[in-house]
Amino acid sequence: MYQDSTQELVIEAGRRERHYWQDLWRYRELFRVLAWRDISVRYKQTVIGAAWAVIRPFLTMMVFTIIFGKIARLPSQGAPYALLVFAGLLPWMLFSTALADASNSLVNNANLISKVYFPRLIVPAATVIVSLVDFLISLAILVILMIWYQYLPGWPILLLPVFVAIAFLTSLGPALWITALNVKYRDFRYVIPFVVQLGLYVSPVGFSSSIIPEQWRLLYSINPMVGVIDGFRWCILGRDNQVYLPGFCIGIGVTGILLWLGLRQFRQLERNFADLI
Amino acid sequence: MSDAVITVENLSKCYLVGHQSAQQERYTSLRDVIAREVHNFGHKLVDLARGRQIIQGDEIEEFWALKDVSFRITRGEVVGIIGRNGAGKSTLLKILSRITEPSEGRVSIKGRLASLLEVGTGFHPELTGRENIYLNGAILGMTRAEIKRKFDEIIAFAEVEKFLDTPVKRYSSGMYVRLAFAVAAHLEPEVLVVDEVLAVGDVEFQKKCLGKMGEVAGRGRTVLMVSHNTHAVRALCKSTITLDSGRLLYFGDTDKAIRLYDGSLSEDSRETRVVLYDKPRALTRDPRIQLLAINLEQKKAATFGAGYSIGIDVEVREAISSVVFGVGFCSKSGIRILSSDSDYSGSPLFDFVPGKHRINCSFQSLPLAPGEYLLDVGCRSSGLTLYDEIKGAFLLEVLPPNDAPPQFLQKFTTCVVKSVWEKVDEDIGC
Repeated sequence: MYQDSTQELVIEAGRRERHYWQDLWRYRELFRVLAWRDISVRYKQTVIGAAWAVIRPFLTMMVFTIIFGKIARLPSQGAPYALLVFAGLLPWMLFSTALADASNSLVNNANLISKVYFPRLIVPAATVIVSLVDFLISLAILVILMIWYQYLPGWPILLLPVFVAIAFLTSLGPALWITALNVKYRDFRYVIPFVVQLGLYVSPVGFSSSIIPEQWRLLYSINPMVGVIDGFRWCILGRDNQVYLPGFCIGIGVTGILLWLGLRQFRQLERNFADLI
Repeated sequence: MSDAVITVENLSKCYLVGHQSAQQERYTSLRDVIAREVHNFGHKLVDLARGRQIIQGDEIEEFWALKDVSFRITRGEVVGIIGRNGAGKSTLLKILSRITEPSEGRVSIKGRLASLLEVGTGFHPELTGRENIYLNGAILGMTRAEIKRKFDEIIAFAEVEKFLDTPVKRYSSGMYVRLAFAVAAHLEPEVLVVDEVLAVGDVEFQKKCLGKMGEVAGRGRTVLMVSHNTHAVRALCKSTITLDSGRLLYFGDTDKAIRLYDGSLSEDSRETRVVLYDKPRALTRDPRIQLLAINLEQKKAATFGAGYSIGIDVEVREAISSVVFGVGFCSKSGIRILSSDSDYSGSPLFDFVPGKHRINCSFQSLPLAPGEYLLDVGCRSSGLTLYDEIKGAFLLEVLPPNDAPPQFLQKFTTCVVKSVWEKVDEDIGC
């Protein structure tokens, strides 16, 4: 059982959960099981199963390489253009699938929400884990690509997990907000595909952020994914892909603010989920 | 008193329900509709920004699902909760299991509480029986070690050993339910809260479930169970709570609680009230008059050939005169079989001042053959302008009388009336 047997539980109107984070930790088992469920169900009843996790980024990479690298002839900062695109695509895919899945997570688990108690934060958090599995598969493709191009990464590759974590947190903030609002107003499910589609072109996925004119770079960095993608390229490709530090700090700041706003909104609405869903 | 496991004080839960206001229909010009929608949209945006609940409709009504409920349950007690539909049983359980929070009042619970509001919560059809046991167990609050320990017991109880590695979507509904209940039955909390979940599976399995519940209760656990099955409640619970319209009617001896519950049921069947005001209308009704409810002397049943009367409650908002009322009986496929309007029946046209009124319609001898009929009710002007009409307000069962009419009449017709029959032996001309 997740509850402590000696503790007295008090239920009152408008009572803020005092042991919220502690409670969340106690329910880690459920978090694990839900994440496992989502992962094992993900590719059931599909013909090629996990191959989807390979095909999607690979085809996107090919298209972007041809359009931005061959036709538009954008600079590739010394690395093969395919690698440049793929290094940008990795965090973007992680971000967008995490955002999309987590945004629908509460509504998809409506039967759980209305029948069982647990800290609701577990549901979107567990869903996000699924995108990590897809990310790991994509990472394997990257390794194969790098062997193909005989491209050796430098020491910054060791910092990659840090940027993965930042990409995660960046998706979690808006996802929490949207998923909470989605419980009340189903309009918000239409917002995410749109944001993801638009973001793919607004973020430096198909091109290097260094082609942005210097005077606009700071403004451009308000998009928190700019810093994350730059960081990925720096880790994987190294060389001329320097992280633009002031922009990176702004990105981190925006991520932090979004996360705080998302959590606040989520916790505010959380108590009424069962009544509204 | 220190041994109270669950203490509930003045617990209330209020839901806000929105209605479309009746005023609206009077303004149907496009300009007004647009103005209203813009106005509503503005309100919604403001509510959204403030994080308040948005309610559709512009008349907001409070609905108290629970009102001032207080009780105290001591360790090891098995308490039943009974009450009619909508009495607040499920809401109470939802509050106790922290799914929804109360509007007022306070609950304190000592010890680990597990709730079982539905059998098989979170079962995933694509996963196998084995996987679903772990999943469902975790959702109900068991740790993996706990599930592992009881795994064999669970599959033996559910009798699904052979299909353990089959996705549950291939299970028969009986197997599915048995597996789901088996997981739940092996929960070992200190306080168990159970909604109407015993009514699953075949008779044999139900007996097994009841036995298991009794066993759980016997081990000194505190159990709170909702059930409509008074036999089960009588068998398992020493004391019982009777809820009625969100209020606590009685808490104490099970026999008395059940008598009260039965009493409130039979009282209900003497006069039945069918609420009409929130039923869907095919037409835009006149804002001046609205059908509120139908009152029946007996439960929704009548007897062929016997008298039958219907009370129609209306709410009049503006004085209105020369109103005609009518009722119609339709077959279940919607074909009108019998109609009776007040103006044709020689009754006066009705004039009303604002307020609530009741019109009574009675048949001296109901000519409908035994069977089931849908009742339509409506009101109109003495011309043919319809004010308000509800089609299929309720299903009326017409029973055969004690001196039943010839059998064939029941089988081959829907309407039987008496008429004058005589033999006329005069010149009939050949």
